[in-house]
Amino acid sequence: MPGLEPLPEALTVEPLPPASPPHPVSRAPGHLWLAGGTVFLLVVAPLLFLLGTVAGAGIETWEIIASRRTAELLGNTGRLVAAVTAASIAIGVGTAWLTVRTDLPGRRAWGTVLSLPLVIPSYVGALAIVSAFGPTGLLAQFFDRVPTVSGFWGAFLALTLFTYPYVHLLVVAALRNLDPALEEVARGLGSSPPRVFRRVVLPQLRPAVAAGGLLVALYTLSDFGAVSIMRYDVFTRAIYLQFVGRSDRTPALVLSVALIAVALALLAAERMTRGPAAYFRPRPARAPRRVALGRRGRTLALGLLTLLMGIALVVPLAVLGWWLLRGLLQQQSIGSVWPEALRSLTAAGLAGLAAVVAALPVAVLTIRHPSRPAAALERTVWTVYGLPHITVGLALVFLGARLGPPIYQSLPLLVVAYVILFLPQAAGAAQASLRQIDPHLEEASRSLGRSWSTTMGRVVVPLMSPGLLTGGALVFLTAMKELPATLLLRPTGFETLAVRIFAAAEESFYTRASAAALLLVAVSALPIYLFTIRDVRT
Amino acid sequence: MRRWLPLLVAGASLLAACSDGAALTVYSGRSEDLVAPLIQQFEAGRGIEVEVRYAESAELAATLLLEGSRSPADVFFAQDPASLGQVADGGLLAPLPPDLLGAVEAPFRDSAGRWVGTSGRARVVVYNTDQVGAEDLPTSLDDLVGPEWRGRVGVAPTNGSFLAFVAAMILVEGEDRALAWLEALAANQPVDFPSNAPIVAAVDAGEVALGLVNHYYLLRLEAEQGETAAANLVLPGGGPGSLVMPAGAGIVADTPRRAAAEEFIRFLLSRSAQEYFATETFEYPLAAGVAADPRLLPLDQIDTPDLDLSSLAAALERATDLVAAAGLL
Repeated sequence: MPGLEPLPEALTVEPLPPASPPHPVSRAPGHLWLAGGTVFLLVVAPLLFLLGTVAGAGIETWEIIASRRTAELLGNTGRLVAAVTAASIAIGVGTAWLTVRTDLPGRRAWGTVLSLPLVIPSYVGALAIVSAFGPTGLLAQFFDRVPTVSGFWGAFLALTLFTYPYVHLLVVAALRNLDPALEEVARGLGSSPPRVFRRVVLPQLRPAVAAGGLLVALYTLSDFGAVSIMRYDVFTRAIYLQFVGRSDRTPALVLSVALIAVALALLAAERMTRGPAAYFRPRPARAPRRVALGRRGRTLALGLLTLLMGIALVVPLAVLGWWLLRGLLQQQSIGSVWPEALRSLTAAGLAGLAAVVAALPVAVLTIRHPSRPAAALERTVWTVYGLPHITVGLALVFLGARLGPPIYQSLPLLVVAYVILFLPQAAGAAQASLRQIDPHLEEASRSLGRSWSTTMGRVVVPLMSPGLLTGGALVFLTAMKELPATLLLRPTGFETLAVRIFAAAEESFYTRASAAALLLVAVSALPIYLFTIRDVRT
Repeated sequence: MRRWLPLLVAGASLLAACSDGAALTVYSGRSEDLVAPLIQQFEAGRGIEVEVRYAESAELAATLLLEGSRSPADVFFAQDPASLGQVADGGLLAPLPPDLLGAVEAPFRDSAGRWVGTSGRARVVVYNTDQVGAEDLPTSLDDLVGPEWRGRVGVAPTNGSFLAFVAAMILVEGEDRALAWLEALAANQPVDFPSNAPIVAAVDAGEVALGLVNHYYLLRLEAEQGETAAANLVLPGGGPGSLVMPAGAGIVADTPRRAAAEEFIRFLLSRSAQEYFATETFEYPLAAGVAADPRLLPLDQIDTPDLDLSSLAAALERATDLVAAAGLL
């Protein structure tokens, strides 16, 4: 086949120089702007509602907010975000490298299993960890000395274990796109494997690591479930108290605006980490040589991964299983779960698809046509991601109720809400993969007479597909477990698994909560598995 | 996105076509696990189709207030009088007919007639029976903040029922007393929980000795796991510590389905529904002369504070300020 089709294989013969070549800034076509503008209108709507509320807030609102306690809580939030992000990056990069680039036994199975903690809702995971590792937890009943968790370290543990897969999945996608030749050259010149990893692999992974780290940081910022169960006081808790304790929701909404500032600061940090360089390489035409871990290395790696999965997956699942068994022995009912599972899959599946569609214009505009409007679009998309879901949900209730019955409390509105909440997961993955694609390929396609649309459809999107798939999968998994916005926006009677789990646990129906939670993990595992298999083949 | 929009609109109209029936829409702050069987019973018995939107009472109150007159809800069925009060004070609940209001005794209905209590839930101190002997039990709220309980009391300061209890304290004993008590509690290193259920689980496990909760969580836990090492104590003395708060319902002001909405509330106050609350959710029945679960202290033996529950919603704001000011957050 090579030789007949000039695109794009023929171009991969010449490796590019390592320095970043000039970025082709061209004018984006009109319909790309139209698509980007539509996405912008969607994500900016909740922000405008919030800012409108802030503008209308009276002096007493500001008195509620401007307290020493607010600053203290913001400090706690900052500490937690920093620690969880750093740990997630360390774990996620390590697991990605082990499963993609080494001869680790059972890599494919590990690849699936290592992503699974993502589907455990953080409140369920935290509840299970407390039940297992608490001072009087399940483990303490069987063993004399067990480590106990709560407060900062508890919240840190729970959030790290249930969010590191964001980094893992993005870095896996990036590693698959790296040209192995560079590493082989470095090896050939006498560098040790750790040095190759540090000096050659890691710098090329920076965009993916930065995007994954940002996802983790902003998720931690907006989390309420894990921190409340671990009893660590952060900013979202102050928002929640104001929300429950007042018929006027203005103070709660104004408090969430403070999180916008934190989100913007994190965004700036990400830009600095990512660096100005674009690390694009021609897509590798062959699989990399896997690093041989050696017998000791293999044992160590398997030991660490087993420990990680033991805490992040086995313990929560075992606790859920124990609750289920205990309840069944007491003749408690499991309740309804199958229709709920179908609804969860429908809503989250549509959200994954829609988020990928919405992520494309964001990625292409920001990477290929950098401009002020494109940067504004990107920042808006990411800022909303750092807001508590209850805030975004309330904004959409307000706007949706004004749009009326066909849209308000409908499945499409719920899907749109998921897209607004989780778009950065898809956009980040899409951007990371687009950054690795050489723009010369597109230029070549255009110079050979193909239209912009054809170039996008035949060259760019196929090359981006691992990143797009990853992004869609991330959004799907996160939407599966989303609670606050789902409660506010779902169609009446549209109970999902996440809703079932929370409502049942809240009223001590542990049997029903654990049955629904186990099913949530099971039905989410299948798409992850298929996704990993597909990825291995391509 | 553009190719997607027509699809969106088509899907939305399809859904709208499906749901645009004469069904009665109930916003239920009471969990599906608690009330779904009851609602099925209503649908079967009265031939009225019901669509239920389950969420937390505070969220539904916020939703109703944001929706205003555009709300698709016909009935608000809430967990606590504070949420009902917020919506009523927003002018969104219609006055109930006298036969519905008259079904329930005076403290458990709105004094302005906009909502009626459907079942009662008592504030109790849940304690670990292995750690706390009968002679050591606290006898008042002030006992609870004594040095012997330092670090041993579980509370849920962001939970609606705790805030309502503080609001009751403000109304009964005044703001200064309430703040002093909250500060003493905060200084006594209480253990924070997000809600009632985990407090009861922690007391049963012996992680904390006492917990401030509603009474029925313990009976639920017993249904889940059999024996527990916990028991409920109703504080004597008629203070806010022995408050009984109703879950209740009201009719949304602009509903076009008023008759069906009234029928629904009439059903909640009927003998069969009240028996359901007594035997299935372990709450106090408030109407039709139904007796409570024999494991509970009878309602007429609880010395509840003299209090207009309609004023709870307004006092909730001050309660929130005090909880934050005492450093309990």
